[in-house]
This record gives sequence, structure tokens and C-alpha cells, in this order.
Amino acid sequence: MQEHDVKYLKFKTYLNTYCPFCHNSFNVERKDVRWTVMKSIYQGQEMELKLSPYLDVFDVETSLAMPRGDVLDDLICPFCNKSLVNKDIVCAECGSPAAEVIISAVSRLIPFFICLKHGCEWHGISKSDERKIKLKIPRQEMPEQDQTLRIHNFQEVPYGYTSELALLEAGRCLQCKNPKCVEGCPVNIDIPNFVRLVAEEKFNEAAKKVKERNVLPAICGRVCPQESQCEATCILGHKDRPVAIGRLERFVADFERKMDLVKVPLIKTNTGLKVAVIGSGPAGLTVAADMRQLGYSVTIFEALHEPGGVLTYGIPEFRLPKSIVNFEIDYLREMGVRIELNHVIGNILTMDELLEYFDAVFIGVGAGLPSFMGISGETLGNVFSANEYLTRMNLMKAYRFPEYDTPMPKGMKVIVVGGGNVAMDCARTAMRTGAAEVTIVYRRSRAELPARGEEVHHAEEEGIKFMLLTSPVRYIGSDFNSIKAVECIRMELGEPDSSGRRRPVPIDASNFIMECNMAVVAIGNGPNPILFQSTPNLKLNKWGYIDTDPITLETSIPYVYAGGDIVTGAATVIQAMGAGRIAARAMHEKLQKSPPKKKKVTT
Amino acid sequence: MFQIVRKQEMAKGTIIRFDINAPKIAKKVLPGQFVIIRVNETGERIPLTVADKDEFAGIITIIFQVVGKTTALMRSLKVGDMLKDVVGPLGRPAEIHKIGTVIMVGGGTGTAILHHVAKGFKDAGNYVIGIVGARDSEMLILENEMSVICDELIVTTDDGSNGTRGFVTEPLKRYLEERYDIKLVYAIGPILMMKNICAMTKRFNVNTMVSLNPVMIDGTGMCGGCRVKVNNETKFCCVDGPDFNGHLVDFDELEKRNALYMKEEKISLLFSIR
Repeated sequence: MQEHDVKYLKFKTYLNTYCPFCHNSFNVERKDVRWTVMKSIYQGQEMELKLSPYLDVFDVETSLAMPRGDVLDDLICPFCNKSLVNKDIVCAECGSPAAEVIISAVSRLIPFFICLKHGCEWHGISKSDERKIKLKIPRQEMPEQDQTLRIHNFQEVPYGYTSELALLEAGRCLQCKNPKCVEGCPVNIDIPNFVRLVAEEKFNEAAKKVKERNVLPAICGRVCPQESQCEATCILGHKDRPVAIGRLERFVADFERKMDLVKVPLIKTNTGLKVAVIGSGPAGLTVAADMRQLGYSVTIFEALHEPGGVLTYGIPEFRLPKSIVNFEIDYLREMGVRIELNHVIGNILTMDELLEYFDAVFIGVGAGLPSFMGISGETLGNVFSANEYLTRMNLMKAYRFPEYDTPMPKGMKVIVVGGGNVAMDCARTAMRTGAAEVTIVYRRSRAELPARGEEVHHAEEEGIKFMLLTSPVRYIGSDFNSIKAVECIRMELGEPDSSGRRRPVPIDASNFIMECNMAVVAIGNGPNPILFQSTPNLKLNKWGYIDTDPITLETSIPYVYAGGDIVTGAATVIQAMGAGRIAARAMHEKLQKSPPKKKKVTT
Repeated sequence: MFQIVRKQEMAKGTIIRFDINAPKIAKKVLPGQFVIIRVNETGERIPLTVADKDEFAGIITIIFQVVGKTTALMRSLKVGDMLKDVVGPLGRPAEIHKIGTVIMVGGGTGTAILHHVAKGFKDAGNYVIGIVGARDSEMLILENEMSVICDELIVTTDDGSNGTRGFVTEPLKRYLEERYDIKLVYAIGPILMMKNICAMTKRFNVNTMVSLNPVMIDGTGMCGGCRVKVNNETKFCCVDGPDFNGHLVDFDELEKRNALYMKEEKISLLFSIR
């Protein structure tokens, strides 16, 4: 008797059933639904037994009423008339006899057990088989826009999973007892449980589960580098490709939004304390949401005319639709978060003035000052920082010039310097605005490209060229003071540097000239000095970023916290959100323990 | 939304003055600082230096020349109309101390910005000599305001229709030759004017500050579009400026960069007319 290890597996995909003896198929198509039909004996009478397409409900078609709880006498193959009852197995739930059929799943034949008691939900495959099946389901790809079409529009490239694909993908999760994926997630989402809820077709509950830890799942599902975080630690990844956690996260968030199931969470009673958040990027939004939920009154100050920070000005429409960013921000507004646009803190209000009115402040201003290499010709026309190029295109919608007033930078032959996500975004944007040739120039080799795998893959599909182990040394201008060519030098990889990556070393006399009429420099950003100029008591580290307590993220000024790129230097959306979460928790603890004494009351 | 509370057309309608209701900005803005304005949802962000403020009434004054689509659109606005976004104050304020005698040189619309800085220098107790120039008497702006602020004021026009005939460089040269107590020259105007003045003051070894107006998008240091070469270093006009030591600025490059969008400017203007 091996009754203990049978488990029902919900595939949510139509399964083919066969007789274990004669291998005839039990499947019958009726009204476009594929049923499994067998013969059964009940009270000496022969009847038809029908199983639903997912094999989860069984239904006896009988002239006699068969009450729930009664047990069938026998189950017979309608072709070879052999009994399907397996004498070695009994139902683990009610002890009734069980029948065995064969199902084909992911091109394997696997025994499937059915309890003969009417109403008993014990039917499934053995756990060892389940594991084997899961390992056999391939990682599901997202349907996406055709590459020849998408380079002419700004619509989002992947369409996202359908429910069928999501169920199949969620079915691959092994539900590890000691899940490594959670450790890989900077905000520690309860991944196995949310994936299990997806597999059980409880998409709304799954979305709520994700939202317990992550306020912006629709955004993170799209822009997180999952392959180096949660998916990197997935056990399935050792043998096969890991569970597509990011795509599932995106699916549940989109499902919740599209089905209009988003509910404003319960706000705790007002604590009477006020929190200011500087910057409405991912870190700031997380702090604002968390603190609002805990009952604080929260005001976000944003320098630009649109909220969202890098989500709005940086990441292009085809990767992260602005409607999603706006939806998430409206959600915060519904929670009662105030957003003050066009407020450059440091200029319009100083830190001291903020602290007079607010009880605590969070600085999440990001790293927004573009770096240049300091080589000759960088001030030529049509040489842009990635920030300028993307700001023009995304925030100012220059790709709709002249309907929108901001001019669109254009070039037929474009080079993009750098190998991160920003470089990919610039290259793919240029491709969409009519460039004939876009080349990414990166000084290290392919393995060191810091961009998300999916972005590199999409860029290649769209016809973007990669010139690796190459670095520009000079931009050459035309008579009209616009760029006409770039001189590059070949590199080779030397010894690893402090970041652990192998340092690129120029090869002598390997210079060559490449024609181009637009260049975008995407080599990273530094800290913006505006806030620091008026806040001299804010301690900075040797790189010019804010120095914070590593555990609480509190800065050298009491009740002032900081997180995101302004502390770590350029990193990812989810890392900024992780920092926001930590800061919010620390801020809450400190405000509860010892609220600041008000210096004076202002309105 | 920011309301226009007063509108005045100057210089045959090519230069417009707006008083805008922006109490928070008015409270903070200092001479030399600018704001970024976006007129409507599809608008571009343009930087305009604040020409004056009234912190009690909560009003800032901007004066701009009609040159392209956005400024033409702004000319068509009436008192009571709203501007979508006004961000500021941005940039570092002019460094104003009591240093003695300063010469403030303004050309064309530059006088609008100069006027605010000159007021600052005067309030700090300096002896302020003003030189303002324009194409002709009709294009001359803020003559009365400047005459109130300055201890001495010289007006020049290219055609001699008001004040001395010629460019602002001529009276400036005379002052530099005659007076040895000039500590600083502040020049704001067309790039060519600032360039010529800097070449001259360098010979006389007099510190010169200029206010630059490169192409700008966000104005908060984020895009780097406003980069200028100062002392062979790349500086961002919006966070490091807009005022720089004129002797160190690479004006030729600035001139070229400012001419980059001439074609788009025309397309945009034509599109708006259609």
C-alpha cells in the first residue's frame, strides 16, 4: 500500500487520459470540451463515468441517483473491458478502492489515481511523479510584439502571460520547504506562496500576497533583474531554467489591475505625525506607501512636473507603460499621500524648513547627475547624456514632436556608450525613431554586460549591434558642429578590479574611426548637488553619496533617512524599494519610541 | 497652476513682462536665479531668469523675448491665464557682497536679468554703474528702473536714437581706462556681447561675471543638456551656474550649442501656426 504519497496536481491544462492496458484514449469531445469517459459499475448496473477536462471533478451519468459518499463497484475500460481498479492502492482520505489510468503530461505517461467514492476529492499522481513532471514543463515564454513591427512603435514589447500560461508556469514551482528565492528578493516577497496561489487559480489572492511586501508589483515584474535575484537562487535553475517569478509577478499585478480588484489597504488610525519624502522614485513611493499605511500623514516632494522619478523620465514606454506608473501613483494618492510637484528641495524649501513642519524626512532623490568620460568632443551637437536623451523622449514625449514642443534627437547611425539597462533603453529608443543602425559600444565583454538578460535579448532581436571590448576616445565634429564620427580603441580584459569584474585595458594602437551622427553616453550617474548645497550638516561618504547608518538608514541628521541610489550609487528599482522599506520601518520605530520635540509650530 | 497677474508688452511687443503668482518661489528666489516654465501639457520646459520679485505679494516677474514657439504662445496669454508648471528657484544665486564699485552691463533682454542683480548689488551697498544697450530706443527696456538703481547710468543704442550711439563696449572701455577702483563687471546679454566684454576686461584684469543661457530641459542637473566648458571643465549651467567667471567660459562652444536646434525651432513654430 502506498497510499501516503498521492497528491492531486492541478495542471489547469487539458490532459489526455489512456487505458493502462490497451492504451486507447478515454477522451471524448463534447461541445468543444474534452471529457474523459469510462464505464463504471454501480449497484450491478453499468453506467458512464465522466471526468472533467482537468480531471478534478467526477460525474456519474446514471438513471439511479448515486448519493455522495457511495462507492462505485468497479471502473472499466470501455475498449478492453478490463478493470482499472488497482488493488495495491487505496484512497488516503476515505480508504475506498482506487482506480488507475494513464495520463500524458509534458510528453510522459504517468499513472493517475482516482478514488471510487463519489464526492471524495482524492485523485492525483504520486509526489515523485509530480516532481518529475514539474521538471519537464518548459519555462513558459511571454507572447510578445513581433520584432519587425515593434521597432516602429513605442508600445510595450511583451504582452504578458495569459492565465493558461501563468498556470502552467506556476505549476513548475517545486514549493521548496526552504525557499531560496525569498532570500534572493531584496524585499523578501513570499514567492512560494504567491506562486502556489497562482497555481490554484487564486490570482487576486496571489496579487495581495505579493503586495504584502512589494507596493509596485506591476513595475517590478517588468524591470527587476530577476535573473540575478530571485530567479538566480531558484532550485529548478540548477537542472533546468528557473521559475519565471518576475513574469508571474507581472501577471498577477496586471490581473488585479485589469479586473479592477485593487483595493486601498486599511490605513491605521492617524498617528498625528507628519513625514516628508523627497523624490517620487521607487524608494520614495515605497516609504510613502508604508508610512501612510501605518497612519502617518505623508507628503512627497517631486522636482519635475510628473511624479515617478526614473520610472517616468528614465524607463521607456515600450518597457514600462506610463499608464501603469500613473496607476500606481494614483493608488498612493487614494491612500491619502500628498504629492507636491515642481518642488526642488534645497531651493524652494531647505531641510531645516522641512524639519520644522515634518517629524521625519526621507531622502530618495536618486543619482541623477549624468557622468561624462571627459573626452574631447563631448559638447558637440547630437552627443547626449542618456538622461537627456531619455528625458526628452519619455518625460517630454519628444518622439511626438512637433505635437509636443520638445525637439526629438535623431540620427541615422547611432552609437550608445555603455552596457547597462539605460544603454539598452537608449539604443532601442533610437531604433524606434528611425535610426538605420544602432551600435552599443561597451568596454568589457559580453559576460560583463550589466543589463537584464531580457533587455539584451530584445535589443539583439531588434537588430542592435554590439561592439564589445571597445571604448570611445574622441568624438569628431562636422563643420556644423555636430558629431560625424567617433574614434574608438579596442580593449582587453586584465586583472579583476575592486568590483570583482575584470578591468578593461586599452590595446595600444588599436584605434579606429566609426562614422555616426548621434551618440548617447550611458555610463552612469553621480549624486545631484542641489540638496547638499543647502544642507551642509548632511554627512556624505567619499563618493559623494549620503552616509547612513547601515541598519536604520538614518543620516547624520536625526529623523532624516535616506535610501536608494543617493546612498548606494546607481542600482536597481527593487533595491531602492528594499531600502525604502527598511527606512520606513526604522522611521516608524523611532517615531513611536521618541517623537521629535517640535521647535515651533508652523502651518 | 500658476496665474499670470500682470502682463506688459515692451519693445514693440517683442519683449513681454509677466508677473506670476508664485508665493513659495517669491519667498526664496535670489538675484541670478531662474525658473523653468512649462505652459501646457504638450509644452517644452524653458528656463527664464527671474527679473524681480515681490515676496509680500507672492509675485515673481519674468521678462522674455519672443523667439520661438513657446515664447510666442506665452505672448498670446492674457492676465488671469494659467501656466501649467513653474519650477524654481533654480541655479545658484549671484554672489553679491559689498566690494566697492561694480559695472553692470546689460544688452537687449539681458537687461531684465541684470536689473535684479544690480538691485542686489546696490542693496548690498556698492557703487553701481549701469550700462544698458539696445538696437534702438524702442527696443530699450527697463531704462527707468535701472536709472533708479544705478548711481550712474549710460544708455547706448546701435542707431543713436537714445543715449550714445554704438555698443555697450565703448562706454565700458572708457570706464575701465578712467577708473581704477572697478572691482567687478557683471555682463548679461547676447553671447557675442559677453564674449567681447570678457576679452576686454581680461586686458584690464578686472573680474567679470556672466550669466549664461544654454539649452536646458529639467534645470535640476539631471539631463546635462546645459553643459558648458568653463576653465576646460564640463560644468552644468543649471546647478553650477548660471553665473560663471566670464574669463574662463568657452563662448564659441556655447554659441554653437545654442544654435543646434534652429531647424526644430522653425518646424515647431510652423506647426503651431498651422
